[in-house]
Amino acid sequence: MRIIRYREALREAMFEEMERDPDVLLMGEEVGHYQGAYKVSEGLLERFGERRVIDTPIAEAGFAGIGVGAAMVGLRPIIEFMTWNFSFVAFDQIVSNAAKIHSMSGGAIRCPIVFRGPNGSAKQVAAQHSHTVEALYTHFPGLHVLAPSTARDAKGLLKAAIRDDNPVIFLEGETLYGVKGEVPDEGVDELVPIGKGRVAREGDACTVVTWGRPYYDVMKAAEQLAADGIELEVIDPRTLRPLDEELVLKSVRKTNRCVIVHEHWPYGGPGAQLVDVIQREAFDHLDAPVLRVTGLDVPMPYASNLEDMVLPSVDRVVDAVRRVTYMGN
Amino acid sequence: MTMDTPLLFDLYRQMLLIRRFEEEAARAYAQSHAGGFLHLYIGQEAIAVGASSAMRDDDYVFQTYRDHGIALARGMAPGAAMAELFGKDTGCSRGMGGSMHFFDAEHGFYGGWGIVGGHLALAAGTAFKSRYRGDDSVTVCFFGEGATNIGGFHEAFSLAGLWKLPIVFVCENNRYAMGTPLERTSPLTDLTLKAQGYGMASDRFEGSDVSVVREHLTPALARARSGEGPTFIEIDTYRFRGHSMSDPAKYRTREELEERKKADPLAVTREQLEAGGAEVSAFDELEEAVEREIAKAVEFAGDSPPAREQIMLDTVLVKGDA
Repeated sequence: MRIIRYREALREAMFEEMERDPDVLLMGEEVGHYQGAYKVSEGLLERFGERRVIDTPIAEAGFAGIGVGAAMVGLRPIIEFMTWNFSFVAFDQIVSNAAKIHSMSGGAIRCPIVFRGPNGSAKQVAAQHSHTVEALYTHFPGLHVLAPSTARDAKGLLKAAIRDDNPVIFLEGETLYGVKGEVPDEGVDELVPIGKGRVAREGDACTVVTWGRPYYDVMKAAEQLAADGIELEVIDPRTLRPLDEELVLKSVRKTNRCVIVHEHWPYGGPGAQLVDVIQREAFDHLDAPVLRVTGLDVPMPYASNLEDMVLPSVDRVVDAVRRVTYMGN
Repeated sequence: MTMDTPLLFDLYRQMLLIRRFEEEAARAYAQSHAGGFLHLYIGQEAIAVGASSAMRDDDYVFQTYRDHGIALARGMAPGAAMAELFGKDTGCSRGMGGSMHFFDAEHGFYGGWGIVGGHLALAAGTAFKSRYRGDDSVTVCFFGEGATNIGGFHEAFSLAGLWKLPIVFVCENNRYAMGTPLERTSPLTDLTLKAQGYGMASDRFEGSDVSVVREHLTPALARARSGEGPTFIEIDTYRFRGHSMSDPAKYRTREELEERKKADPLAVTREQLEAGGAEVSAFDELEEAVEREIAKAVEFAGDSPPAREQIMLDTVLVKGDA
């Protein structure tokens, strides 16, 4: 094992897959000469050239659509959105075209494409640049939605996404890019299977399901609660559609309690979907209502103190766990 | 006229096939064998057939929801087309697409798209693939004049022009974006003036003569194939029916319609063939053969099994591990 940053893990995944398959290409704003707005694609232009590392004008609907069309006839494009906020101007290409073509053609046409970029909040970038988009994209049948929290999963899942024959929504995070983590040694071709979650920490007091930026708050809360003898079982689903329901249910049947922690707004989304699954499939095992710690139901404010209030925090996770375990502060 | 007679006769046959197919489709719709939206191409046949005849078999085609004409021109079996309207398992999209979403990848026909302007970038995508792989296939993308105001048009044109993609954009200007005439949707009446803004070549002509369409598409296709980039072609045309089956077309006058029907593409070509010495009996024989073919298609569609639940469930995502 080696320790590298999350952004380096993504770069390695793209590098290795582009080496392996000449039909894989990267397209997006500033991915080439600028070396990536967040330096995820650093060095790819030098290795693969302008034919395969393609700088685009600011035209998300255009280059997302070109990616979808190219995928329909056999290429395997990786489309980078500088952030997922900008995917909204390409929404029609993802939702009406990429997610529908296989079904609408009766299975005749495939669309092996990856849309990737940073999702969720950064730091004080306010309402238009802080969207957490998984609640939108998991809504549509016809898309896979992946959200790796660690460097290892970022690499293994991106490799799997590039090899998948479906359109994949790949959600990274600006605050995750610098996070270090273990990845397999060079030359080890590890794929993380789509649709399989991971037990990030074992425990018996309460199941906590989380992904993305709040994953790290949950892991800190778990340390804090362990000091009080409360052992959390942390589940990172890694894939948000399809969800690894069995892994979550198995844990809930063991701990009899569950808190779901996510950055997306509380209305709908994978957070609410998990609550639905748990109350249907593990009703008799629950000793407390399933609670959620979510982004507050407001557009993201600019002011730092307000932004901190909006985002899930260690304190809010600890509080929710204490409520479902009936151990007040 | 420079075209040889057997070829012109065959183009006439294709136009007649499309015309009779769509008349039968309208009948099937009235009898509730077909549902949803049904947008007829009647009056515009010379464009699909003329353009298709200038293309190679390995070229790609994209079209809007008014897609029966080009699908048949590219070689889709009328039975598979009619069965799709009937919502049958034997339909070209297994009953998953309907009238608006015909697909026939074997003939390079990539749909059949329902959102105005949404398919232009897809077409630029297949053109991108041709250049990426270094094959010399060309993509032809059809759309209506109503699409020239939406963002999808602008972004697809921007990138196709910038990257000199091997594509021909064909605007079938049938004068009405659903019910709104061009004068009320565009400050330009000559839409090809837009081409300059994207660094593209352009061409503009009236499209009721299939030979003329073929003659104008040929150099545009050659330009794309040789790496000289896209061409924006605007073709003046007219649909003889409403926007869809539910449209009584009250926004235009009967006189206008009758005037345009004088340039019915079928009549235009038939006149040329007759002037070239074609016998009336040849047309009678053709009419009979086409009607038999369409009758067979209707019978095939009617007799086919309904669309299958398993196809619906199995085509959401491609199954199997990465």
